[in-house]
Amino acid sequence: MGWIGDTVDSIKSIQVRQLLTQGVSLGMIVTSALIIWKALMCFTGSESPVVVVLSGSMEPGFKRGDILFLHMSNDPIRTGEIVVFNVDGREIPIVHRVIKVHERQETEEVEVLTKGDNNYGDDRLLYAQGQLWLQRHHIMGRAVGFLPYVGWVTIIMTEKPIIKVFSAFVDGPSLSLVTVDDEN
Amino acid sequence: MHSFWLRANAVLTFSVIILAFTCAMASVSDCFNSPSPSAQIQITNINWFQKQRNGNEEVSLAMNITADLQSLFTWNTKQVFVFVAAEYKTPKNAVNQVSLWDAIIPAKEQSKFRVQTVNKYRFIDQGSNLRGKDLNLTLHWHVMPKAGMMFADKLVIPGYRLPKEYR
Repeated sequence: MGWIGDTVDSIKSIQVRQLLTQGVSLGMIVTSALIIWKALMCFTGSESPVVVVLSGSMEPGFKRGDILFLHMSNDPIRTGEIVVFNVDGREIPIVHRVIKVHERQETEEVEVLTKGDNNYGDDRLLYAQGQLWLQRHHIMGRAVGFLPYVGWVTIIMTEKPIIKVFSAFVDGPSLSLVTVDDEN
Repeated sequence: MHSFWLRANAVLTFSVIILAFTCAMASVSDCFNSPSPSAQIQITNINWFQKQRNGNEEVSLAMNITADLQSLFTWNTKQVFVFVAAEYKTPKNAVNQVSLWDAIIPAKEQSKFRVQTVNKYRFIDQGSNLRGKDLNLTLHWHVMPKAGMMFADKLVIPGYRLPKEYR
């Protein structure tokens, strides 16, 4: 086929300067993705403004491969909100719904219990040993928006890292997505 | 300048932009919907009301929940998550919200319903403040779209009171 011949010819005629230019453009793509990511963090007030759903614990609402947009504000946490939280000792955040809230009178301390819509029991099994409630500092954001299927790109890129490398050289602008995963 | 990969790149980028625009428009169309849901909740029976060994009180109650949530559904709605929460104040806690029952409504046809149920989740207080306590039973709904912004609202029904004695 014609395009295989073209590709072989272009590899044969690579010069150092071209290679360096490609290296710099790759660096530019990565840094602009980082800038967008940090700007989103600033804008939404959350440490990870976009998460990918990795498990089926919130089905049928959120399936594996969906993307959630998060926002964090100082508003009090109330039942029904879908929150993203980190359990001490686990690195992957979890996205579940708040089912119980107990907020103290004077201080703003709050104790919260969460549960995945599709799970039978609440999340006490997922919390750290001996932990019965989540506090405000565990919670990273509330889910406010949702896009279906888009997260599969990230799932494929993380599970087969070779695709990430390949795509940066071939198709940089359209495929440099940076998102964070979520589990359970 | 017209290689296969460049063309594929152009098609992919264009289709992603169009899809993003369509999803944004779908989400915006939800703003034009002004829902008017209605609901009634009756507590038909207090099954039992005890203090646990750790000092926390627990109630088990049976409820009749009738609701009409048809006006919440638009073409961009995937499902509506509805739940009933008991809300009350105690001397220690300014806000207590305990979810008693929830359900997922996948389609408009099932959104006008009547349910008789026992509380799905245990109603346990932090302490023993529930005797004779006044409660609000609030019906919350959370509309999850096919794409775009989620929104939630609630209907507060005040005027419930727990018994003064354990049973």
